[in-house]
Amino acid sequence: MTAQLLSPPALGESTLFRFATAGSVDDGKSTLVGRLLHDSKAILADQLDAVARTSADRGFGGANATGIQKIDLALLTDGLRAEREQGITIDVAYRYFATDRRSFVLADCPGHVQYTKNTVTGASTADAVVVLIDARKGVLEQTRRHLSVLRLLRVPHVLVAVNKIDLVDYSEDVFAGIEANVRQVGAELGLADVLVVPVSALEGDNVVAASPRTPWYAGPSLLEILETLATTDDLEGGLEPFRFPVQSVIRPQGALAPGLADDDGGLAFRDYRAYAGQVASGAIQVGERVTVLPSGRPTVVVGIDFAGTELQRAVAPQSVSLRLADDIDVARGDLIAAAGTFAETSQDLYGELCWLSPKPLREGAKVLIKHGSRTVQALVRVISGKLDLENFREQPASSLELNDIGSAQLRLASPLPVEAYARHRRTGAFLVIDPTDGNTLAAGLVREHPGDHEGERYSI
Amino acid sequence: MSTSTTIVSAGATSTADAAPADAAAAPNAALGVASGLTEPRAGLIEDQPRGEGAGAAFGAEAAPGAAPAGAAPTRLTSLDVLESEAIHIIREVVAEFERPALLFSGGKDSVLMLHLATKAFWPGRVPFPVLHVDTGHNFPEVIEFRDRTVERLGLRLVVGSVQEYIDRGELAERADGTRNPLQTVPLLDTIKINRFDAVFGGGRRDEDKARAKERILSLRDEFGQWDPRNQRPELWNLYNGRHTVGQHVRAFPISNWTELDVWRYIERERIELPGLYYAHEREVFARDGMWRAVGDVSQPRPEEQVVTKTVRYRTVGDMSCTGAVESAAADAAAVVVEVAASTLTERGATRADDRISEAAMEDRKKDGYF
Ligand SMILES: Nc1nc2c(ncn2[C@@H]2O[C@H](COP(=O)(O)OP(=O)(O)O)[C@@H](O)[C@H]2O)c(=O)[nH]1
Ligand SMILES: [Mg+2]
Repeated sequence: MTAQLLSPPALGESTLFRFATAGSVDDGKSTLVGRLLHDSKAILADQLDAVARTSADRGFGGANATGIQKIDLALLTDGLRAEREQGITIDVAYRYFATDRRSFVLADCPGHVQYTKNTVTGASTADAVVVLIDARKGVLEQTRRHLSVLRLLRVPHVLVAVNKIDLVDYSEDVFAGIEANVRQVGAELGLADVLVVPVSALEGDNVVAASPRTPWYAGPSLLEILETLATTDDLEGGLEPFRFPVQSVIRPQGALAPGLADDDGGLAFRDYRAYAGQVASGAIQVGERVTVLPSGRPTVVVGIDFAGTELQRAVAPQSVSLRLADDIDVARGDLIAAAGTFAETSQDLYGELCWLSPKPLREGAKVLIKHGSRTVQALVRVISGKLDLENFREQPASSLELNDIGSAQLRLASPLPVEAYARHRRTGAFLVIDPTDGNTLAAGLVREHPGDHEGERYSI
Repeated sequence: MSTSTTIVSAGATSTADAAPADAAAAPNAALGVASGLTEPRAGLIEDQPRGEGAGAAFGAEAAPGAAPAGAAPTRLTSLDVLESEAIHIIREVVAEFERPALLFSGGKDSVLMLHLATKAFWPGRVPFPVLHVDTGHNFPEVIEFRDRTVERLGLRLVVGSVQEYIDRGELAERADGTRNPLQTVPLLDTIKINRFDAVFGGGRRDEDKARAKERILSLRDEFGQWDPRNQRPELWNLYNGRHTVGQHVRAFPISNWTELDVWRYIERERIELPGLYYAHEREVFARDGMWRAVGDVSQPRPEEQVVTKTVRYRTVGDMSCTGAVESAAADAAAVVVEVAASTLTERGATRADDRISEAAMEDRKKDGYF
């Protein structure tokens, strides 16, 4: 629900921006999210009433609190009973608000036990991540870990909110010290352009509007920054080559939509055949040459259909159907790529694995890999190491445990068109799935192929 | 790793709904639908010349297949992105599950989902049946709308009837008379009898704090229960629909839409809804701070005065506990303006059952509710 600060016509033109919060327990993530929702008028009266009642039951804010101080803003996102009872966030919560420029999808990611799982989940779809730091504590080990994970996942924008600035008397010196520290860690990790903002989630300083209590901070408020950052697709649409994982073949034959079967169109559609999917990256225009992988067959896109409208061009992340010039064998799981932009498919997969399951990974394990729209069996041949998140260096390892980020070499039952995540955010990502119970075990990032390993290959 | 359980999977090919009643449908993905909702398209199969693929696209900076420099950038609005995301999810579920179905009540969110499904499989038919858990406490115009829509799109309708459970003594009428909470058992039974392995729901995360925590593909165990503390991480746009025998998945393609998004999209796409979503005159009486319609299952008490008001509904459900709001919004555009300025959520404004406690929805979801 959104704000009355917007006029509905403008909303129709607004763009979508996804961001996540990260930080340690009690840094104030939920309070910040609640503050953003509250100040952008996304919290409606009945929701606020419910939260006010629960806050009062707990005596939140104490006897002298007035107005909004009486409301525990964290309760706006801590939606599960256990969360309210324990005063912590257990699981990623998604919230929505809008300004007249943008609609926001916000993932509030909890910082405790399963922080890697939650941060990786929230960051995987985020255009930006806001990392919170408690102004009284400064940069912690956990901050470094979060920043490392964000670097690994190549989150386009990393913002650092130095929160609870009210508790350090809005001190410029404290802020400057933390900012310098953040920049140093950012430089070590190779994170460019980290924006650092002093905020009080509780009091609202620099969250939506610039605060008079931090006259020494000349930059924009957190929300102003979020309103103007480029989205992932804005940033990469012009740079990444066209990639289109085929979800299904649309070949209705007898099963035409009723409206179409009746008239002459029925005949025209009888031989209709198109490939449905979502543009993962880049753009495609009618007439462009493409290659279908893994077969490597070249062809030309002769039509781009969207629900009865013919498009000349489609860009990420549009869901469309492509018609191809040649009658070649294309099926779910194939990848249609711009011609001349794909080297080869491979049965060897080298990847970084963010291990998200309590069940450890051992060498020799059989797993499933979901990449694009294809799922294949795989054998874990070698676990070559894991990251020491303190210094971000790889150390030897032969197994991966919950929250580890390690690298492994897998042998696939059939070849996949994989490319390095470092260059292809969308097609370089995969899931590792447990074949016995179907659970998701890891988030995978394709690594550069370290050369030819023909001699080591064997079949499974 | 042991192989004690069988994965009912998730193959690489798309499979049609293979219900006995659908035996006539084409075997390979009874894709297809349509609409009347989309503009007919001209010159579909015209052979296009095999040009040198818009060679202009190969700029010095941009990779081939990337947006050509100078071409007008395609600006996608938030609605375009939400639509595209929902269609991607619907297509994934249809491709990876054997027997999907879509929860269809005639309410706006389910109508929206069905509209998205028609777009996802065009020019084919929607390749799955729709499922309605009928409380028996219906607004007649909604049931009429439901049947007309099913007919128009050539769908199969499966109904689970709360009334039949009550008649057989398998469910007891509640003291407050509302039937929304009674839908869980008929829903789970209908899923089991029809062996549905994926059920599309129109749930949105902005509706409720418990829903805000639910995944887009949400696994339900053998008892249909949701375990909020043990959910699979959902990464990128890679959805994991693996499940074992007896489990099923609820899929929520419009998870990321808000009530306002839904209305703006209904306006943009000119999607038809049951008339009670728009301003109309109705005999109502005030109860619990809402306007209740006078009807068979919703009778005023002696002290409750019946008046005629111009109202509309923000949600439609069990008529006995769904309230109307006073409104002059006669079309989708007017509703968009009204929703944008509203100070109450749709559930807070019109659902008596959701006001019961902070955890009402969470508790029902854990038991297997929508
Ligand atoms: N003084 C002050 N307290 C804050 C601020 N932000 C959060 N808090 C308090 O810090 C505690 C933890 O906040 P919460 O949002 O639950 O943290 P989370 O664990 O990161 O989600 C709560 O008691 C908040 O009221 C702030 O800016 N200033
Ligand atoms: Mg929290």
